[in-house]
Amino acid sequence: MFRNNYDNDSVTYSPTGRLFQVEYALEAIKQGSAAVGLVSKSHVVLAALKRNAEELGSYQKKIIKIDDHMGIALAGLAPDARVLSNFLRKQAMSSKMIFNRPLSTSKAVLSIADKAQENTQSYGSRPYGVGLLIAGYDETGAHLYEFQPSGSVLEYYGAAIGARSQAARTYLERNLDTILETDSVEDLIVHGLNALRDTLSQDVELTFKNTSVSVVGKESGFTIYDDEEVQQWLDKLDSVSNARNRDDDDNDNNEDSNTNTNEETTTTTTTNTNDNENPASEETTTATETAPEDDTNTTTDPSGDRMETDD
Amino acid sequence: MRTTVASEYSAEVHHVPIEHRFNPYSDNGGTVLGIAGEDFAVLAGDTRQVEGYSIHTRYQPKVFDVGDDIIMTANGFAADGVALIDRFRNQLKWYKFDHGGKKLNIKSAARYIQHLLYGKRFFPYYVHTIIAGLDEDGKGAVYSYDPVGSYEREQCRAGGAAASLIMPFLDNQVNFKNQYEPGTDGKKKKDLRYLKLEEVLELVRDAFSSATERHIYVGDGLELLIVTKEGVRTEYYPLKRD
Amino acid sequence: MNHDPFHWGRPNQETYGTYNYNIAQASNQQHESQLDDFPKMHTQQPIITGTSVVSLKFKDGIIIAADNLGSYGSLLRFNNLERLIKVGDETVVGISGDISDLQQLERILAQLEIEEEIYDSDGGHKLRAPHVHEYLSKILYNRRSKMDPLWNAVIVGGFNEDGTPFLKYVDLLGVTYGSSTLATGFGSHLAVPLLRQLIPNDIDYTKVEEEDARKVLENCMRVLFYRDARAADKYSLVTIKSQTSESGSKQITFNHEKELKVENQSWKFAKDISGYGSKQL
Repeated sequence: MFRNNYDNDSVTYSPTGRLFQVEYALEAIKQGSAAVGLVSKSHVVLAALKRNAEELGSYQKKIIKIDDHMGIALAGLAPDARVLSNFLRKQAMSSKMIFNRPLSTSKAVLSIADKAQENTQSYGSRPYGVGLLIAGYDETGAHLYEFQPSGSVLEYYGAAIGARSQAARTYLERNLDTILETDSVEDLIVHGLNALRDTLSQDVELTFKNTSVSVVGKESGFTIYDDEEVQQWLDKLDSVSNARNRDDDDNDNNEDSNTNTNEETTTTTTTNTNDNENPASEETTTATETAPEDDTNTTTDPSGDRMETDD
Repeated sequence: MRTTVASEYSAEVHHVPIEHRFNPYSDNGGTVLGIAGEDFAVLAGDTRQVEGYSIHTRYQPKVFDVGDDIIMTANGFAADGVALIDRFRNQLKWYKFDHGGKKLNIKSAARYIQHLLYGKRFFPYYVHTIIAGLDEDGKGAVYSYDPVGSYEREQCRAGGAAASLIMPFLDNQVNFKNQYEPGTDGKKKKDLRYLKLEEVLELVRDAFSSATERHIYVGDGLELLIVTKEGVRTEYYPLKRD
Repeated sequence: MNHDPFHWGRPNQETYGTYNYNIAQASNQQHESQLDDFPKMHTQQPIITGTSVVSLKFKDGIIIAADNLGSYGSLLRFNNLERLIKVGDETVVGISGDISDLQQLERILAQLEIEEEIYDSDGGHKLRAPHVHEYLSKILYNRRSKMDPLWNAVIVGGFNEDGTPFLKYVDLLGVTYGSSTLATGFGSHLAVPLLRQLIPNDIDYTKVEEEDARKVLENCMRVLFYRDARAADKYSLVTIKSQTSESGSKQITFNHEKELKVENQSWKFAKDISGYGSKQL
C-alpha cells in the first residue's frame, strides 16, 4: 500500500501544503454519531444521537453542560471532548470568579481553538479527535459555534457534525427561514430532532434511549433532556425514523466529501465532485474502506471490529 | 486616626522601633444568627458594615443562598467571608458536574466547609461561619464553625459582634435553659419543643433590635433567609440606624 | 500636667526611679542590651500618597472626584497626579493611597483592556463596572493574602448590566462594600456625612439631580481641603451618566473634567482657632 511520508507528525506539511494528521482528526469526527445544533433569536438547541458499544452497555454521553448558560455536543473521541469540556468549565468558572460575569460564548470557543491550534504546531502532539458544537446564551444573544481539531471555529445558524451529518445539514438549510423566525422553543427542538432523524440509517429509530436534547436561551439555563425526559419531545415528531432512507447510499457519499470544512472542501462539495478530490484522497479512501461504515456502525455489529474509541 | 497632642512626644528617643507591620485582618462588625426548626431553618444577619467607628455602608448583605437549599454566612473579616463563600459556591458547582447534578446534602456541605477552613489553619479565615438548611429527614439543621474549622450541629447559634449578647437569650428562648415548670419549685425543667416559624421570626427580630440597642457594630437592617421544603426565601426588616 | 500620653499613668521618675518593665511581666518591653539585635522586619508602608476619593450616585449615573496631589509624608511632592482612571467605555476607577501601587493598578487595568479587545474585537461583550470591581477586589485580596498588599483604597463607578448606577469600594485588605455614597480615607470621616445628608437612604439616589450631587461633591472637596492637611484645592471630577435620547436609545456619556479649583474658599474661621487639641493656653 502506498505509504504517506507526511503524516508521521502533526507539524510537517505535505508538499501540497496539507497537514495530514489534522485531516485524519477531522475523519475521526465522522466516525462518531451525529450531533445537530440550531439557533433561533432567543434559543439554541442541541440534539445528538447516542451510541452504545453493545446491547448490554450504556450509551455514550453526547451533550455536556459547561455552565448555566453554555453547553456542548460532541462527535468523535469522547475522552478528548471530556478534556476540552473540563477546560471550558474551568474557564467559565474563573470568569465568574474573577470578573463576576458569565463567560461569553465567543471567548469560550476561542480558548479551546487556541488549545487545538497549539497541537497542530508542536512536535509529538496529537490533534484533538473530536468536533464540538458549542451552544451558549450571553449578553449578545444566542450563539452556536462549531469547533474543529484544526483550531478553526465558525459561528452557525445551524450545524451538524458526525456520521451522515450532511443529511441533517441539508434539512437545516431547507428549513433555515422558519427556524430563524420561530419564537417557540418546542418548534426549535422538533426541527433539531427532524434534522437528527435524517442522519439515521435504515433500521434505526430515534428512541428516548439513543437521543439527547438540550436547550439554552433567554431565561432558561442550559438544560439537558435524556432518557425518559426526552420522550416528550419525540412524541411531537411525525415519525421517529429517517424519512429519506431510500437514497441512503447517495447521502453517504455526499457526506464523506463534505464534512471537511475548510474552504477548499466547501467548494468541492458545491461542485459535487468525486471522492478523489477530497483532501487526503489516498488516505480517506483507504480509511473508509477499513473503518467500519457508518451503517454497519449503527446497526448491531456482531463482528465487534468497530473502533473502540468511538464516540 | 492619631490625635494631635501638644507634647515633645515626637522628640522623645525611641528605644524600640515603632512596629509598623501590615495587618492582613480587620473587623467589619455585624452579627449573624441561625435557628433550626422542625421543618425549616433560618439564617439572619444585619446589613451594616463597619471599620473602627465608621459605618462604611448600611446595606451590604452577608447571608447568601449558595445553592441546593443551603444558606451560608461568614461573619467577621468581610474579605475572608466573601472569599470563603465564593470558594464554597465554586466547589458546589464542581460537585454537581462530577456527580451528575446530585444535590449536596447539608451534612456533606458541613464537612466540606470544615476542610475549607482548616486548609487555612495557619493563615485563617477570620470569620464565624454558620450554614443552615434541611437534613436528609427534612428537619431544620444549623451548623456553626470556629475560624479554623471546628464545627458542630446545633439548634441555634449566634455569631459575630453581638454573639455574646444574643446567645444567652437564645439559650433561654430556644433551648429553654433556666426555664422550669411553674409550681414545681425549680425541680422540673420546661419540656423542649420545636418552635413554630412565626415564633422563630419574632425571636430573631427581637434579638437583632436588642443587639442594635446595645452594640455599635449592629444595626441598619436585618436580612433573613428562610429554608423550607419549598426552597429559600428572603425577608428584610429595617433596624435603627444610630 | 504632662500632656504626653506616653507618660500617663507611670510612676514619677524623680521619685521612684526609672520604670521596671519586668514587674509581673507587665510589659513585653525588652532589655536595653537586646535592642540592637531587634529582628529585621519586612515592613511596608505607603511612600507617596494620594488622599481621599469621594463619590456618589445620582438618578442618571455616578459622580466621583479626587484631587491631584501626591504627598511624600508631609511634603507636597506632586501636584499634577490624575487619580481617576477610565476603564472601558463607561467605568471609572478612583484610587487613593500609595501612588506607585496606583500606577501598578493602572498597568493592570490597561492590560485588562487589551485582553478584552483581543477576545471581543467585534464588541457586544462590554467590560462593565461590576466586572472591573470584582477583578480589582480579587487582585487586592490575593496580594494581601501574600502579605504583600497594594496599599490602596479604590472606588469603582459605572453601570450595572441592567443600566442602574454602580458604585463599590475595595481596599488593600480586599474588603468590599457598595453604597450610594462612598469615600476613602479622610473622606469617609469628613465627606460621607455630607453626602448622606443628600442621600439618607441608599435607594434615595434615584431622586437626586446631577446638579445637586455635584454641588454637594464640590462642597466635600472644599471641606476636605480645609481640614485634610494632605488635600489640595486642585482636583479632577468624572461624571458618568446614561441618558435616554429622543429615539429612545440609551446613551452613556463619560465626562472627565480636570484641573478644577475648590471655589468659594473662606478662611474666616481660621482666625478663631488657636492652639491644638489639648494644648492649654
